Amino acid sequence: MVQKLDRLKESPSQTAGPYVHIGAMPNWVEITGVWKEDLGLVLVGPETKGERVVVKGHIYDGGGTPLKDALVEIWQADAQGLYNSPRERRGKADPHFTGWGRQPTDGVTGEYKFETIKPGCVPYRDGRLMAPHITFWIVARGINIGLHTRMYFGDEEAANAECPVLARIEHKVRVPTLIASRSEENGMPTYTFDIHLQGEKETVFFDI
Amino acid sequence: MSDHESFYHRDRSWHPPAFTPQYKTSILRSPQYPLLSLDNTISEMTGPVFGHDRLGPLDNDLIRNFAKTGDPIGQRIIVYGRVLDENARPVPGALLEFWQANAGGRYRHKKETYLAALDPNFGGCGRTITDEEGRYWFRTIKPGAYPWPNGINDWRPAHIHFSIFGHAFAQRLITQMYFEGDPMIWQCPIVSTIPDRQAVEQLIAALDRENTLPMDALAYKFDIVLRGRRSTMFENRMEGN
Ligand SMILES: [Fe+2]
Repeated sequence: MVQKLDRLKESPSQTAGPYVHIGAMPNWVEITGVWKEDLGLVLVGPETKGERVVVKGHIYDGGGTPLKDALVEIWQADAQGLYNSPRERRGKADPHFTGWGRQPTDGVTGEYKFETIKPGCVPYRDGRLMAPHITFWIVARGINIGLHTRMYFGDEEAANAECPVLARIEHKVRVPTLIASRSEENGMPTYTFDIHLQGEKETVFFDI
Repeated sequence: MSDHESFYHRDRSWHPPAFTPQYKTSILRSPQYPLLSLDNTISEMTGPVFGHDRLGPLDNDLIRNFAKTGDPIGQRIIVYGRVLDENARPVPGALLEFWQANAGGRYRHKKETYLAALDPNFGGCGRTITDEEGRYWFRTIKPGAYPWPNGINDWRPAHIHFSIFGHAFAQRLITQMYFEGDPMIWQCPIVSTIPDRQAVEQLIAALDRENTLPMDALAYKFDIVLRGRRSTMFENRMEGN
C-alpha cells in the first residue's frame, strides 16, 4: 500500500434528457410564475461595447436530422478580449456584458440563435493570441456528457491561420467544422455555425 | 494566465462514453472521432458568476414555487449536500438547477406522453446557490419512476436532474441523482451508460434519518464533485517550457 492522494472523483455525468428545459428555461416550456425570466437569453444591452452580431445554426445528428430538444450554452470574452469572471486577472471586463448565453434549439425548426457581440482575442497558455472564438457547450437527450467545442469567425482568416488551438487539429480538413460563415441578415452581421454530432462533417469536439 | 490554474484532466473512464447502444438515442448523437485533448486555456478556466440576488425566496422550494390550490401530492423530502471539487474543497457560489417529474412520474412538458396525471400544484423546477461552505438544500416531493420509449418496457428509476455551474466553464456538469435502495437503478439503460459501479453509487443519495424532519419530510444527502484545480505550489516552472 502507498499513501492516499485524498482526492475525490468528479461526479459522473448523465444525459440532460428531453426535459432539460424544465430546469434551465422553465418559462420557455410554459412553466411560468416560478421565476420571472430564464437565465442567459439576453447577452447584449444598449451599453454593451462591441460589434453586434447574430450567431445561429443547427445541430445535426448522424442521420442528418436537426436536434429539436438540445440546449446550447456559450461563453465568450468581451470586445476587448476580457472575460467577465473573477478568474480574469488581465483587466476588468465590460460590466455590461456577462459573456454567457443559453438558448434552446427550436422545437420545430431546430435552429438556435444568439444575439451577442464579436469577442476580442484572448491569449493561449504561452501568450500567443488565439483567434476570436466563442466556446460552446451542448447537451441533449442522447448526449451522455456535455460536448465542448468552439466557434471561430469566417472573416478572421489571418487570425484563424495563426491560432494555436486550431493548429492543434491534426486533420486539417476538419478545421472548417469550427469556422462560421459570415453573411448579412436583416441588416445584422450573422454567423452560421452548424454543428454535426457525427458523420463526414463531424464537428471537432474538445476534451478540455 | 499561467497553467497552475488549470483543472485536472477529466477521467473519461469514470464518465459514460458517448456511444452507448443500450441507450438508443445515443447511437446517432455520439461523436465518433476522438475528442481533441487540450490543456485548459483562459476560455475554459473562467466562467460566469451568478449572484444570490438572482434568486427568489421560493426558488429552492418545489413544494410551494408552483402551487396553485395547495401542496403537491407526494412524499415530502429535503435534498441537501455540498458541492466540492476533486481536492475536497467546498465550491461556494455554485449555481444548481434541478428538475424532476411529479410523484406519479409525469413531467410538466408538452412532449411528455406518459399516462400519469399532471399535478396542478407541481412545476418541477428549482434552483439554488451554494453558501460559503459549498452547502445547498431544497425541498420537494419524491419523483415517481416513469416509462420511456427506448426498449419496449424501459423505466427510469426515480431521479432528480441537476445542472451545476462551478467557477469555470471547464467544470460545467449535468447529472442525475438517484435514491438509496431503489432496485430500478440497476435496470436502467441510462444509469448503465456509466461503466463503473462505484461511479454509479456516487450518484445515489443517502437516506439521512437523523436529519429527517419529524412528521414532515425525509432527508436525502447528495454531494456533488466538480473538477479540481492543479496545485498552486508548483508555480516556479520556467517560462517557455
Ligand atoms: Fe428524467
